[in-house]
Order: sequence, then structure tokens, then C-alpha cells
Amino acid sequence: MTYAIEISDLKKRYDNGFEALKGVDLKVEKGDFFALLGPNGAGKSTTIGILCSLVNKSEGKVSIFGVDIDKNFAGAKQFLGVVPQEFNFNVFETPFNIIVTQAGFYGIPYDIAAPRAEKYLKQLGLWEKRNNPSMQLSGGMKRRLMIARALIHEPQVLILDEPTAGVDIELRRSMWEFIKELNDNGTTIILTTHYLEEAEQLCRNIAIINKGEIVENTSVKSLLKTLNQETFILDLATNIAGDIVIEGYKVARLADGHSIEVEISKGQSINDIFVALNEQGLQVQSMRNKSNRLEELFVKLTKG
Amino acid sequence: MTNIQIMVAFLTIVRREIRRFMRIWPQTLLPPAITMTLYFAIFGNLIGSRIGEMGGFSYMEYIVPGLIMMSIITNSYANVSASFYSAKFQHNVQELLVSPTPNWIILMGYVVGGVTRGLFVGFIVTLLSLFFTKMNLENIFITVIVVFLTAVLFSLGGFVNAVYAKSFDDISIIPTFVLVPLTYLGGVFYSIDLLPSFWQNMTLLNPVLYMVNAFRYGVLGVSDINVGYAIVIILAFILVLFVYALRLLNRGHGIRS
Repeated sequence: MTYAIEISDLKKRYDNGFEALKGVDLKVEKGDFFALLGPNGAGKSTTIGILCSLVNKSEGKVSIFGVDIDKNFAGAKQFLGVVPQEFNFNVFETPFNIIVTQAGFYGIPYDIAAPRAEKYLKQLGLWEKRNNPSMQLSGGMKRRLMIARALIHEPQVLILDEPTAGVDIELRRSMWEFIKELNDNGTTIILTTHYLEEAEQLCRNIAIINKGEIVENTSVKSLLKTLNQETFILDLATNIAGDIVIEGYKVARLADGHSIEVEISKGQSINDIFVALNEQGLQVQSMRNKSNRLEELFVKLTKG
Repeated sequence: MTNIQIMVAFLTIVRREIRRFMRIWPQTLLPPAITMTLYFAIFGNLIGSRIGEMGGFSYMEYIVPGLIMMSIITNSYANVSASFYSAKFQHNVQELLVSPTPNWIILMGYVVGGVTRGLFVGFIVTLLSLFFTKMNLENIFITVIVVFLTAVLFSLGGFVNAVYAKSFDDISIIPTFVLVPLTYLGGVFYSIDLLPSFWQNMTLLNPVLYMVNAFRYGVLGVSDINVGYAIVIILAFILVLFVYALRLLNRGHGIRS
């Protein structure tokens, strides 16, 4: 089976001796929506850097759509579009020129690149700004410009490194709609993000990297199943005078005076909490997870 | 990439380079025009009229080829060093690195961009010189070859400088402390026959001397050195710098971690 990305025993040692990757193995299936998560400095950007040739690997094998980067990196790069974490375009150039120029670097002539640039700039809401110097764009527009630029050669795999950092909620949602549509049309998406609820909602498969090693690589569904305990916050209709005790559960009163935090382990039922509170004359107005479920697993897998 | 795709990538880099120096023409095209006009007016007209003849020509006629060559050298060098270093500084060099464009095409694209600016400025300076003196090309073939090869050589030099540069200071140090002294001491303003024999021999180690004199031969038909020898020297420098610059790119020096 040919994978979109296949990485085996990938190692990276920097000149100062720091070992950023200690033998990473990773497979991303074609058409997947894949999350590569990890704390800062875990090795996510180094892995992505190696895939798109911004970082030289020390050891290991990397193939993109079956093309070994050691044998034909130029061929492998044709499959790949990258949206980096930092803005990396010439701020004096216009969005239209940036995109058409990028197409040229992939050998796409102007008469094909220009209508494509128009298509992506329109889809990403940048057409009106096409002739403005890019330095005049807002942060969200700059991110979208980098997405349009990464798509101009219509890659099979799109890598998004922290694409929604600093982007407001509305824009983030529309950006994800666009990316989901790309994925539905067959583009493999690889995402790194610190917003774990995004990864939980969008991605089918996930890898968690920590200190240069993959500590988990599975489907989001199976990973969430391993969650042994969840913490809920319950907002009550009235203020609580003292501590609340519910047998078999760990309950804590929050500082606002009308909310409680309850830990529920696997096998326990949230209904027991409602019943117990009802017996004590307390009505629950609303309920939410204390943190994102994936976040709890992430912290567990990467701590220490 | 197919040959056609490679050609598209090459032309894209060249177009982008030309667009860059045309967009900032007050920084790239205007200053050499003003500086060289001052050189022509002060050294050529005012002081030159008191110096008399040099190599059988008026001083103005003698220094014009040297000054044209000086502007070609500094501008081809500055174009590539500033453009490539800015691309590193703004990280937009990554646009090229993630693409399948081969490294030798990246290098050629930048070099042709530098050559274009060098020749463009050289043309402007030549036109300006016509306000001060007449110019008859003795050997157009030698003139064109020498101008082109010199622009290629210094564009490559600018590229190597930009690869090693870690700050904007680093791309001005070499022009200020190496390029300008070599150019001034390379026979732009005088014939090396005026120097004592020790300094004449020392000057022969200066590569700029060969370019200025070969160009002067093309324009005036006089030279302090053998023109064939000069062209071989320039070609040898080009070969060495091209291989070196390509090696730096392949290793990703200063641009890949």
C-alpha cells in the first residue's frame, strides 16, 4: 500500500548536539485528515521541515506518495503543499504576484497560474486585496494567503503548521470549512495545532510526539476511548453554602459559589450525579467538560 | 521537472528579480546615475582637464570605461547580495526551497537578475557619459563579452556573500572593504604604468584590473594587460565561484537547518 507520507526511523541531530528526532515512525494514509500534536519543542516542526526540505535529516527514510526523498526529492515535492507557522512571503509583493510566482517555481506557466490564483484568492476572500502590498493584510488574511499559495500547484498533501494561531473564531471556522472541503475532495491534510478541540473535531487519525519520539499514533476515536476519567463542571441554579458530598465521586465547589467540579471515572454514570444533587434540592442549569477530552489525554501522554 | 517546467521556474526567478530592482529604482538605478555623473563632472571634466592625456586619450575618455565597469561590478554584486539576503531575512527563500526548482536554476536565476541590473545600470552610465565625451567602440565583441562575464562573476560573488551573511551589515562589509578598494586600485582612474614596478606587480594580483582593462581595450583599444589572458582569468573565477555557490546551496548553508 502506498501512503501519502511514510516516515521510518527518522532522526535529526542539530550541530549543537541536540537530538530533535530520535527515530520517528509515521504513516499517513491517502485522503486522511491527520493531526500531529505535541508540546513546544517536541519535534513537530522539525518533522515537517524535513518533509518539505527546510531541514536536513540526519538518518531515516521519508517517502511522499511512494517517492523516496533521497532518490527524487524534486518529484516528492510536487505532491506537497506547506503552510508554515511563520509568515514567509515577501511583504512588499502583492498577494496575486506571490501566488503566481510560487506557481512558476513549480513550473506552472502564467496562463494556467493566473486563473488558479483568482480561484483560490476568491475562495479565501482575498480577491479584493490582490493588488495591495501584502504588508497591508491583517494576520488572518496573511494566513489565508499562505494557504492559497500552498494550493497553487494543487498538491495531494497539504501540511498546515499551526494555521489558526492568532486567527479569530469566525475566521478560524471558515478556514476549517475550506480545509474540510479540500479533504472531502481527496487532499490529504496534515495538521499541527495547539487548539486540541480542533484536532478532535476535524481529524480522523492522530500522532502525539514528545521529546522527539512518537508516544501515540492511532485514530482519534480509539484514543478517546482510552480516556479513563473526565472532569465536568456543573452550573447550579442556586448558590451553595457548604461542601457537597456525593458518595463514590470526587466533588469540589468552585469559587463562583454556584458551580461544582465532578470527576467521573470509566464505568460511573453522570445520572448518579443528577440524582444525588436532586435529592439535595439542587438543580443543574448547565454542564460542560472542564477541558477538551483530547487535551486531558495529551497532558497525560506528554507530561514528565 | 520537465525541461519546459525548469525554464518556467528559471524565468519566474529572473522576472521576480527584475521586478524587485525596478520597483525600488530610487535605491537601485538612480544612485549610480547620480554618482557616476559626479565622477564624470569632477574627475573627468574639472580635474581631468589639468591631468592631460593618459594612454594616448584624454583623461575623461580614459576613465569612462573604468567607471562604467565599476558601476556594473557594484550593481550586479549588490543586486544578488541584497535580494538573496532579504529573501533569507524574510524567510521567503523557503518559497523556492519547498518547490522542486533545482538548485542550479535558483543560482542561475539570481545571477541573471544581477547581470540584468548590472547591464541596465551600465547602459544608463554609458548614456550619461555621452554628455561628457564621445565613445567609439574599438571591438564590440570584446566589450560585450567582458561586460557580460564581469556581471556574471560579481553576481556570483554577491550570492556567496548573501549565503554567508547573518545580518544586513554582512552584505555591506565586503563591498565597502573589499570591492571598492579593489575597483579603485584596479586601474579605473590610472594606468598601472604610472606605478613603481613593485606596485605594478602587486596590482596584477587584483582580478578587477583584468576586467577594467579588457573592457577598456574593447572601448579604446588600449590595455595594460593581455586581453585573452584577462578573459581566461574571468572565466576561471566564474567557474570556481559557480561551483562553490552551488555547493553551498546543495548543502543548504545558512538556509536549511
